[in-house]
Amino acid sequence: MPPKNAAPKNAAQRQTPPPEGGDAAEELGDDYDMPVIVKVRPDDQLNISPEDLEKEVPPRVLYPLNPRAAHNTTQYSFKEKCFKVDEQVDQVVMHFAMDGLILLKESPEAMDQIEVFEKKEAEQNEKEEAEAIDEDFDPPENEKEIPVKNPLRNQFNFSERAAQSKNAILRERSWTTEPPPTTRNYGTVTQWEIFDQYMAEIEAAKEKEKDDKKSGKSAYDDMSEKKKKSDSDPTYSENMKLSIKIMERMVNQNAENEVYHDFKYWEDRSDEFRDGEGTLLPLWRFSSEKAKKKQVTCIKWNPHYSDLCAVGFGSYDFMRQGTGVICCYSLKNTRFPEYVFNTDAGVCSLDWHPAHPAVLAVGLYDGTVLVYDVRARTKKPIYQSTVRTNKHTDPVWEVRWNNDESTGALNFYSISSDGRVSNWFLLKNKLESEEVMELKLMGSPGTGEEDETSLAGLAGGLCFDFHSHSDHSHLFLVGTEEGRIHKCSKAFSGQYLETYEGHTMAVYSVRWNPFHEKIFISASADWTVKLWNHENRFAILSFDLSQAIGDVAWAPYSSTTFAAITSDGAGGSTSGVVHVYDLSVNRNDHICAQKVVKRAKLTHVAFSKSEPIIIVGDDRGGVNTLKLSPNLRIDVVRTDETDQNLTDMDMQLQKMEHLLEMVTETKTT
Amino acid sequence: MSEVEETLNRIKTHKGVSGIVIVNSDGVPMRSTLDSKQTLQYSALISQLAAKARSVVRELDPQNDLTFLRIRSKKHEIMVAPDREYILIVIQDPNADQGS
Repeated sequence: MPPKNAAPKNAAQRQTPPPEGGDAAEELGDDYDMPVIVKVRPDDQLNISPEDLEKEVPPRVLYPLNPRAAHNTTQYSFKEKCFKVDEQVDQVVMHFAMDGLILLKESPEAMDQIEVFEKKEAEQNEKEEAEAIDEDFDPPENEKEIPVKNPLRNQFNFSERAAQSKNAILRERSWTTEPPPTTRNYGTVTQWEIFDQYMAEIEAAKEKEKDDKKSGKSAYDDMSEKKKKSDSDPTYSENMKLSIKIMERMVNQNAENEVYHDFKYWEDRSDEFRDGEGTLLPLWRFSSEKAKKKQVTCIKWNPHYSDLCAVGFGSYDFMRQGTGVICCYSLKNTRFPEYVFNTDAGVCSLDWHPAHPAVLAVGLYDGTVLVYDVRARTKKPIYQSTVRTNKHTDPVWEVRWNNDESTGALNFYSISSDGRVSNWFLLKNKLESEEVMELKLMGSPGTGEEDETSLAGLAGGLCFDFHSHSDHSHLFLVGTEEGRIHKCSKAFSGQYLETYEGHTMAVYSVRWNPFHEKIFISASADWTVKLWNHENRFAILSFDLSQAIGDVAWAPYSSTTFAAITSDGAGGSTSGVVHVYDLSVNRNDHICAQKVVKRAKLTHVAFSKSEPIIIVGDDRGGVNTLKLSPNLRIDVVRTDETDQNLTDMDMQLQKMEHLLEMVTETKTT
Repeated sequence: MSEVEETLNRIKTHKGVSGIVIVNSDGVPMRSTLDSKQTLQYSALISQLAAKARSVVRELDPQNDLTFLRIRSKKHEIMVAPDREYILIVIQDPNADQGS
């Protein structure tokens, strides 16, 4: 490191003069106010003796050695015919080289350059002079010389021509069109709108599928077209029919608000103070223009729709027969019948099918039996008996659906005064009959008329009733014009199992007790209502109402309650009376006898299954709705002493048994 | 067709019924027993109300639908049967016969 070594050397050199300098300062101290220089030796200074300082220090030299240069470059020497190491290693490494452009004026290069310039100028001048001279004297020579001297000059009198074409002017052209009309659509979409849209799509897809299937069937197309036509006017659409119907009911209920309240909520409080007696509250009177002059010949509540009842209109007068009408009244619309059907002959009987509440069997005065579907669009019966199907020849006084459908087809029974009980089967497209029973006349032994009556043939059946208990479902009772009641069986046709004698005139109605399987009741024209045990040939009880009894009906809520109807008075001043008996309260007399219509005869009665009302039909085309007061509808009385395990059914049976015991006791005593 | 007419006539003659209006889906009265001014009023207002009522019912349950609307007021009861294609409006005074 030469500089480092140099530094102490310099310092040493610097050290050496101060003594002299110091002397000088001392010498000059008087002359100048020079600051006194104090020499301080740094601690780390080498102590070098003056001999060492005097000693020659070998100079340090930088040798240009290229460490990367190859030291063993070997070349074949042709001269010596062997390989030789080239000892001359090029140690120069050029890190940066750049030619300068500036020349020093005094430098030889600059001198050379000036010389060249001067030479060229001289040549130019010389040439121009030569040309000037040659032009005058010897142009051909000049021509020869020129190409040599000036090779750029065109020898063929070349002229350069240039033309500039016009620059295309850039022009911007634009125009604005009228903006296309825009409208803004907006709306809120509710969840149900989206739902509807989806449903409509699904429906459409279904329709399409159907159409694809139906394509080719022109009949269907016609139908659908017709439908569409009728749909086009919403006033006459199906929906309209329905909503207008409901509307009518609402209007009706608003108008008859009080009656509806009575029907639903009003109870006769005075019953609490009248032990064993009750009253009937008249509610509505159903009547229709179409049935004004006709008599009610039958009333049946619908088994399924507790507000609906079917009423048959006809005539009991042999001389004044006409067409018949069936009206289905609903408690929801008391002004107008829900359904109306016209028949060719007077209606005598009808019955709802217990399982199919829209199917109605009807018996007519001319012996025809019909089956209606009340929902059907047409007002025509769906089945009708004809002479060919062995129809009855006399009025069909009662029809009854058969619960037992083991045969597969719907079937019903009918009884007529021609003395036959028939079973009608609803087959696919026809009504077929089967005779169940011929009501043979039973002449009372000992009278001479026996032969005559047997010639006459058969007894006229007026009414029948089938046993509802499953154990005895084959049993049925037949009431005849002669006053006899026969117990028959579906199984043994043509034979009476039992004959009950007691009535002296036509038996209008027989009814099994809905609770007690042995008890039935009968109503007759001989002014009596009789209670029977079917195992006993003679009546248990007999009630004389001193009027012909048109109909009798058991109450659905009590085993001992029944209603019978009579018509008081004679001629024009008749008035219909409803008698209600509760044998558990009073077994000798009625607990209610109330005139419900004036100047009319009552013909039929029916208890509503679920509501506390009865309906009675009269011979002036009216049907009266009566509400039973609480005393009239005592079902079972439970006290603290009664066994809690007993069901209502057991209680009802007990009530009846108790009554029977009492009766037999009084009879024996 | 005649069945609907019959029923309409019966409603018309019912006690206390002061008017029947049938409005189509666009709110245009198709048939009315009221005078024209009232008809227009009823048809416009009731159809809006019915639409709103239906919207409420549908919003609560999209599968549900409005079938009837009864509005009881001091003087009247307005019964509305809305359908897709029409709205049937019956105006009744329920106290009409009970006062007499």
